[in-house]
Amino acid sequence: MAEMDTSSGGGHKKGPGVKKGKKLSTRVDLTPMVDLGFLLITFFVFTTTMSQSTAMNMNEPKDDDKSQLLVRNSGAMTILLGKNDQVYYYFGQLEVDKLSEQFKSTTFKQIRELIVAKKKSTPIDNLMYIIKSDKKSTFKNAIDILDEMSICAIPPGHYAEVDMTPTEEILISKTEEANGIK
Amino acid sequence: MPKVKIPRKSTNIDMTAMCDVAFLLLSFFILATKQKPPEVLTVTPPASVSSKAAPDKSILITLTQDGKTFLMLGDETRKAAILSNINTTKGLNLTPAELNKWVKSPFVGQPLNQIKSSLNASVVTPPNKLPGIPTDSTNNEMIDWIRSVTSAYAGTDQRKLQEMLLVKGDQSTLYPVFKNIKQAFKKNEIYKFRIVTSGESVPAGSELYLNPPKAIN
Repeated sequence: MAEMDTSSGGGHKKGPGVKKGKKLSTRVDLTPMVDLGFLLITFFVFTTTMSQSTAMNMNEPKDDDKSQLLVRNSGAMTILLGKNDQVYYYFGQLEVDKLSEQFKSTTFKQIRELIVAKKKSTPIDNLMYIIKSDKKSTFKNAIDILDEMSICAIPPGHYAEVDMTPTEEILISKTEEANGIK
Repeated sequence: MPKVKIPRKSTNIDMTAMCDVAFLLLSFFILATKQKPPEVLTVTPPASVSSKAAPDKSILITLTQDGKTFLMLGDETRKAAILSNINTTKGLNLTPAELNKWVKSPFVGQPLNQIKSSLNASVVTPPNKLPGIPTDSTNNEMIDWIRSVTSAYAGTDQRKLQEMLLVKGDQSTLYPVFKNIKQAFKKNEIYKFRIVTSGESVPAGSELYLNPPKAIN
């Protein structure tokens, strides 16, 4: 591959008896160097992390009776996270005779519209999102819904993570059975 | 008919330009990326729109896919203090030599009662075979760990400590594991900590996109 350019470029006649010194080209074949360069690039691409991981803040409430918040029924939206990335929600408080009307299921794609719709229809002072995670829901679900809160610019203090009640657990498992989610 | 003479051209290409490009890319990657920090186990964290970078020096709790919990004490200046604190408070009876050995290990991934034996073991257990720190509601050793961490950092800037407390979980970790960790923080009166996520851009058209906050605390 190495190219030896020995053309001395036109007959430049020197005087008689002067021997022509062979001019060696200064050109070097760069192919191996390019190979090496790309090899190093691939090495760096594989061993390094491009995107720096970010940190999300978590603020937990204090668990004491004094700071128990009373939420207005009209302003409350409860979001329940089930298994298989399923999301359930209801407004206000669950009433025994209206369960099937109140308790609805949705997905992570649609939940944002519902959150925004609730935010627009409710005075900010009454607004409260209650997030409850099922035992079968994943860490990703819990983070996604908190992320959704910050995407929708819900001010802190207007959403809270709460433990699930047995009624809701039963409702979720019944809905899952009906929808065939395993 | 006279043949048309096609001048024979050399197939050699000047590689200088290509070489320049290769090394330019190389230098870009070296400068723009960061070496992967040693990881206990590979976890894929969930995405969030948070734009704050995770600190390098941290007390990192890792939740793996199968629900095991690992603790990494990234702040070398306090690591020995934390470990000797848990040694005395939990009565692990480690000798100074064992304690020294423990300080050198990159992370904790076993129940407290197995630590002495694992330090004296001749064969090092690979990280994916370690049992993890138990975090069940009946035996949540993470509470003891965080207590030792807070006591080692007592008297220092608590805001700095809060910034260092990180939880990194896999996407498919089940929620109860995370709940136990939150419980452990709460038991030690720590109400603020941070979660390691992979960055994600704010969806266009959302409220956060239209009115980005001026300063995030």
